[in-house]
Order: sequence, then C-alpha cells, then structure tokens
Amino acid sequence: MSEPILEMRNITKTFPGVRALSDVSFRVARGEIHCLVGENGAGKSTLMKVLSGVYPHGSYEGEILLSGSPQRFRGIADSERAGIGIIYQELALVPDMTVYDNILLGHELRSGVTVDLNGTIKKATEMLAKVRLQLDPSTKVRDLGVGKQQLVEIAKALSRDVKLLILDEPTAALNEDDCDNLLDILRGLRRDGVTCIMISHKLKEVIRIADTVTVLRDGRTVRTLDAGKGEVSEGILIQHMVGREIDDVYPKRTSKKFGDVVLEARNWTVYSHGLGRTVLKDVNFTVRRGEIVGFAGLMGSGRTELARSVFGNPDGYRVEGELLVEGRPVRFGDPRAAIDAGVAYASEDRKRNGLILIQDVKQNITLANLRALAARGVVDGNAETKVAEDYRSALSIKTPSIDQKVLNLSGGNQQKVSVAKWLFVRPKVLILDEPTRGIDVGAKYEIYTLMNKLVAEGMSIVMISSELPEVLGMSDRVYIVSTGRITGELPVEEADQEKIMRLATS
Amino acid sequence: MILKDLRSALRSNIREYGMYIALVVIMGIFTIATQGIFISSRNIANLLNQTGYIAILAIGITLVIVIRHIDLSIGFLSGFLGAVAAIAMTAWGVSTWIAILIVLVLGTLAGLLTGYLVAGVGIPAFVASLAGWLIYRGALLTVTLKTGTIIIPNEDFNAIGNGYIPDILPADTAFLPELHKLTLLLGILAIVWLNVRAFQERASRQKYGLEVLPGDMFALKQLFLSVVLSLITWVVAGYNGMSWTLAIVIVVALIYNFVTTRTVLGRHIYAVGGNPEAAELSGVSVKKITLTVFGSMGMLCGLSGVLFASRLQSATTTAGTLFELDAIAAAYIGGVSAAGGVGKVTGSIVGAIVYMSLTSGMNLLGTDISLQYIIRGAVLVAAVIFDVQTRKAKS
Ligand SMILES: Nc1ncnc2c1ncn2[C@@H]1O[C@H](COP(=O)(O)OP(=O)(O)OP(=O)(O)O)[C@@H](O)[C@H]1O
Ligand SMILES: [Mg+2]
Repeated sequence: MSEPILEMRNITKTFPGVRALSDVSFRVARGEIHCLVGENGAGKSTLMKVLSGVYPHGSYEGEILLSGSPQRFRGIADSERAGIGIIYQELALVPDMTVYDNILLGHELRSGVTVDLNGTIKKATEMLAKVRLQLDPSTKVRDLGVGKQQLVEIAKALSRDVKLLILDEPTAALNEDDCDNLLDILRGLRRDGVTCIMISHKLKEVIRIADTVTVLRDGRTVRTLDAGKGEVSEGILIQHMVGREIDDVYPKRTSKKFGDVVLEARNWTVYSHGLGRTVLKDVNFTVRRGEIVGFAGLMGSGRTELARSVFGNPDGYRVEGELLVEGRPVRFGDPRAAIDAGVAYASEDRKRNGLILIQDVKQNITLANLRALAARGVVDGNAETKVAEDYRSALSIKTPSIDQKVLNLSGGNQQKVSVAKWLFVRPKVLILDEPTRGIDVGAKYEIYTLMNKLVAEGMSIVMISSELPEVLGMSDRVYIVSTGRITGELPVEEADQEKIMRLATS
Repeated sequence: MILKDLRSALRSNIREYGMYIALVVIMGIFTIATQGIFISSRNIANLLNQTGYIAILAIGITLVIVIRHIDLSIGFLSGFLGAVAAIAMTAWGVSTWIAILIVLVLGTLAGLLTGYLVAGVGIPAFVASLAGWLIYRGALLTVTLKTGTIIIPNEDFNAIGNGYIPDILPADTAFLPELHKLTLLLGILAIVWLNVRAFQERASRQKYGLEVLPGDMFALKQLFLSVVLSLITWVVAGYNGMSWTLAIVIVVALIYNFVTTRTVLGRHIYAVGGNPEAAELSGVSVKKITLTVFGSMGMLCGLSGVLFASRLQSATTTAGTLFELDAIAAAYIGGVSAAGGVGKVTGSIVGAIVYMSLTSGMNLLGTDISLQYIIRGAVLVAAVIFDVQTRKAKS
C-alpha cells in the first residue's frame, strides 16, 4: 500500500461517564472509498468529529497524520483548510436560502464589498454538475427532496477543494434510487482522486461500494477488511459488529392472530394550506388488532402526512373523511386526544420533533404519559426512575445513566428513546414512521423482536418505511402510497419488491 | 483527595455554583468598601425588601423565557395594577384584601390576553408585549392623571411593603434579646428541612444507581449551604426580623419551585421550551402551556404592583418604569437561556439579589447613577458570557 492519506493513531476520547473511543487506530489509503461500520454508539461519529476538529486537539489523546504529517486541528476551519470535508448525520443546510447561497455559504465569492452573484451561480452550477444534479441553482433548499438536499451538501463540500470527504450516514434518509445515485457519484469522485470515508448501517450498500471496511465496536477497532481480497460479506460484517451471528434479519412471528378492526380511515382527504395542494385524496385503510400494517412508498408520497393528519393533525391541515377507532367515529382535535384514544405516532425526524434533546433520557421517555406517574399533578420521581430504567434495559439503550441528556446519545440510541416513549403510553395502535432509520443491525433486530412481541400482546402497529426489505420482512399487509393516493393493498405473501415499486411509482 | 473532589464537583456544577460565588464576591467587595455597612442587618433587610417586587417579576419572566417568549409589558402592567389597587381602596372604598384580589385577577386576565395574542393569534411575543407596554403605560397615566400620586391610607396594605412578621416572644425577653425569635426559628426549620430533603433525595438516587456527589462533597455542600442560610437568618433576625415582603417572596418562590420541578405542569413547561414540536406531538398542548405561563406572569405583575405600591405607600405616575428590564436582567444573570427549556426559578431569585446588591452597594458608596448603569450592564454581559462559556465547555 502506498502512503496512507490519513492515519489516526491510538485515539482515545472520553466524555463524562463514557469512554467513546479507546485506543482506536484507523488508516485510509489515498483514493479509496473506506466504509466505517459498527453498532449504535460504537463511536463512529465521534471518531469523525475528532478527525474534523469538532473535538479540537487536546480534548482527545492520540495522533492524526494527514499524508504523513501530524495535524493539530483547533476547529473545523483548520481541518477544512487541510482538505477535509465532513457531511454530518443531520443535514446542515439553510432551508430558506437558495441552493447557490447554500453551496457557497461561509466561502462567499466577493467582488469588492458585495457578493459576486454571477460568479456564485457559475461556481454553484459547476459543483452541481459534479454531483450530477440538474436543477436551477436559485431554487430554495426547502423545496428539494431529502435526496437532492444530500447532493447539495456534497456539492457544498466539493466547492472547498476537499481531498478527504467524510459522509456520516448519507443514505439513511434516502430511497433506493437516490441511494444508487449517491453511490454512483461517490464512484465518480473516486475517479477524480477524492478519498471518501462513509459511515453507514446499510450493509448491502457498504458491500457494493467499499474498497476497505473498518469495523468499530464499543469504541475499539475490531478489524479492517479489504474488499479487494474478498474479505467483505454481510455475514462477516455483522459478526464483527455485534460479536455474534444473526442468521435471520427479521425474527419470526410465533403466531398470527388478527382481531377486529382497531383503526380505520374512510375517504380520508387532506389539504395542506402551507403547500397549497391536496396531499392525500380518498385514502381508505384498516388496521386490525395484532396486525403489522406496512405503508410503502417513495419519499414525499404522503405517508407522513397521512400519519400526522390521523394523529390529531398538529399541522392544521384541512381534513375530510371519517376516522374510526374500534368502530366508533372519532375526530381528534390535537395529539393529546389521539393519545388518549389509544393512537400513538413516533415521528420520523427524531431530532426535530421526536425528542427534547436538552432533556435527559428519563424525561423524554415519560413525557407523553407523565400523568400515569403523577398523583394530583405531582410527579412521583421514584416511579419515574423505575419506568425509565425498565425501558432502558428492555431496549438496551446505551447510555451511562438515565440522567444523560439525549443530545449526548448516539443516533441509534436516540431512536430507541423515542420508541420507548411511545411504548410507555401503551397505545392500541402505534404508528412508527421510519422506525429503524439510522439503527444498526443488532438494534434493528431488537426493535423488530419488540414489535412482534407487542402485536402478540394485542397491539396493532402501522409501520411507515422506505426500506422495502423491511416492509416485506415485517408486515402482515402492505399498503402502497403514491402521490397522495393508495395505489395498492397486498397481503405480504403476494407482495414483492418489484410489485411494490411498480405501484409506488404509478 | 477532598481538594480534587472539590475541584471536579465545582467544575461539573460550575454554572450553578458560579452565581453563588459571584454573589458572595460582590457582597464581600461592598462590605469591605463600605466598612461593614453593607452587611449590616438594617441594610440587608432593606436590600431584600427592595428586591421583592423585582424577584416576583423575575420568577414569572423566567418561565416566559423558558418557553421561548418574552414579556415587555410587565413593568407598566405592574405599575398600573398598583394604581388600580390604590384607587380601589381610596375611591371605591373596598377593603385591602378585596383590592389585592381584584388586582391579582385583573393581572391574570391581562396576562392571558397577551398569551392569547401569542399562542392563539400567533403574534410574536415581543410585539404583543411591546403593545402592552405602551397600553399599560397609557393606562397608568390615565388613572393617575387627575390626582397625580395617590396616597394609600390603609395601614394593613402598607405593612406588606414595610412591616415585619410578629414575634413569638416579646422583644424584651432575656433570651437572645437583640434577635427576632420567630425568624430564627423559621431559619432553623428551613435549614433542617433542606438538609433532610437533600439527604432523602441522595438516598433515593443511590437506590436507583444514579450518579450522586461523592460523600465528602455532599457533606461539604450541605455544610456550606447551612452556614450561608444561618448567616442570612442571623443577619435578618438582627433587624426587626423577616419582613412581610420577604415572607411573600419566599412563599411564591417555594410554590413556583415546587410546580416547576415536581409537577406535570412544570415538566410540560420545560418540554415546550426544549422543543415545542416534540412536546406537541407528545400530547402537550403548547397553546395551553403558553396561556398558563403568560397568565401566571400577569398575576405576578399584580402581586409585584401591590408590593411596590405598598412600599411607597402610594401609587405614582412612574411606577413600574424599567421593572421589566430589571426582571429580565435578573433572570439572565440567574442562568435562564433564550434558546428555551433552560432556567430555574431559584436561579432567577438569586439573580435578582445579585442585581439588587449591585444597586444597593453602589448607592451606599454614592456611586454616580450614570456609572451605576454602566456597571450593571457590564455585570449582565459578564454573567451571560460565563453562562454561555460553561454551557459550551460542558457539551
Ligand atoms: N457529547 C457527548 N457527551 C457524552 N457522551 C457522548 C457525546 N457524544 C457521544 N457520546 C457517547 O459516545 C458514544 C459513541 O457515540 P457516537 O455518536 O460516536 O456513536 P455512533 O457510532 O456514531 O452511533 P450511531 O450509529 O448510533 O450514530 C456513545 O455511547 C455516546 O453516548
Ligand atoms: Mg453516528
């Protein structure tokens, strides 16, 4: 191997109560695509934050060498200057600014004291071409889908002459087409000599794209595998990640017994004032007791709007049609009413509207059902602690204590907290919007097992997911949503990826 | 060993302790500069009485800022309501208690109105309450127009701002003759209660395996707290004892502290402040919480108006001027964050004491008023810088 572009030696990083990285060494060869995998909380994001200077020199132990020369970054500005670009787990674009302004944000082209508008647009257009994104650079970022926003992020990084591009779970929120496209673009960058480090929980795509894979577990490097030598396969990766084998990604249901219809919508039509259009039209669906109902469809097909309009309509859409819970017509004025009637909704965007990041694990878990822990309005602190501890161990939430702020948890563990919150409500119907986004294989398996257990106990689950294998692996029945209409309903035995894709794009 | 523990405990709780340290430092400096006059019982009693009406407003505004809003109207609302109380007693001839009740109800309604504009109509709180500032100022001028300053004759009303709680033993008893016995007793009870509570809390956290201060640090902290409280009790008991104002502030603080830390309502307030969207989706009505918080703010304006009017024994045309800024400054010194979801009621009260200590100390020293403003501004900025820095260092 030629001299590595990056070498991190014996990196140790501790937070109060947590050793996130211990003695990690990490080498990346010039021009390769290097994937970093590991369970939630393994330390992947932390390692990349050490590399990019988010955690400055002195706040960790160990050495960073770029092309052989030691680096001491005091902040992101330093690492940027050294040619490192990082795209975080959560997108960092300004939604109300144009694409070209976003791309050049922080590095504005100037003519005199003013911003050189034409130059900016020209440069932005060049960068967009590099990521093969054809769009008017004066579009507002808000109006783009997640897939395109992701590409704009990459374009933004490229505009700064990066030599080493870090992508933290770039495909977590993307559908398959957008994923394929992104992987293609990374291959293109490799041809142009850019080195990429990609973090991902989607092992299939890791196998497709990686030249080398490094596996982290519990803050240590477990193994570095060379794809060229055929060392990378899903089984091997899983084994190194979780330390044991998982034969079946989707646990088997022991019994399938469905009861009466618990939730039903008839001619559900939703009009959004914000978007100025009808987002759902004449939607009919039923959910039976003990059933897992999957909702498949493309990003933006209206599944989240459907869930939110059912769940007390916090967005203030104009809603027509009928909703029945256990056969009785209902009309929820707000989420509280829906929760009280036994309908719960775990949102897809946990950071924005799922969790209260500055509060601790305990407070987040109990928030939606505090009344159950209170007598005459006073919260019973001991009971609360007990509940939180129970869910922490039931879902194996990885945190030094339930007093830890959710902010400090790894992405996957945050997701578990948000699921725990809704389990504590003990709903009749639990709507899970992208429940395993950003979750590692082991934890996914735990969440699936939990879902199976819940339906066995008589709960019903609505699962909105953009990952077709997951929909097929977990659901009993699948509805396919396309541009605000239900275009198909299939028992899972009759469903396959191809059929669903056809219906989803019709 | 102890030193090392002390350092790490201080470091991880620096924000909370920092304010107390600042208070001690400020008091120390003024005590030296005034050759002890500052710390005299008489001056401290005065200081606490002056802090009263600002502390009450600071408690209310803390919650408003916690839910990411602001209320600029509180100063003149408090002034206006003080005038209403005076008019009720003098012109309408109602009793002191009815007057106070009227003012509290009116204040709550005014607060709910602002809350409705913010939560129901969707007007930014800054604008809605700026309008309130103008309106209540006009209202205050209108009601005091004919008479100018309204002198309040009711003695029981004026006692609120100037009187002291009665003593259990007559003052000439041989036992501790110079001191106010009931105040001493209350102080001792408070210290015992605080220590018992802290001990229980610690035991229950340990039972669940949660992190607690190391034993020696815990003991040190409780000792420090007890000593400080004893000193305060001693000083306060040395001059007429506890004033009614101080008693009211303590009761209000206890209630608000309880509500914010222990009740469902309190948790919902902080949830809304921390992430309104997530709170709404968790079944917390952001609208109701907003109305509640503004309503409570209005009620506290009424109380603060009563305290101020009774202290002056009259309602004046300028009552309430700049109270809002003093209260907001106190809340920020006390550690509330404009980003929402962070800030304690107790912090804001200490913030108010810090802020009023500055004023009182500088007045004793005869510092020029223009310089006083500059120093107060500098302290405010310093406190918030400290806050931001410690928060950054922690995450
Ligand atoms: N600021 C912080 N304060 C305290 N602990 C932290 C902080 N940031 C991360 N951690 C802890 O460090 C560990 C590693 O976290 P990290 O975010 O690197 O995980 P990850 O591998 O990226 O996981 P995921 O796949 O879930 O994103 C976790 O246990 C996390 O709780
Ligand atoms: Mg991560």
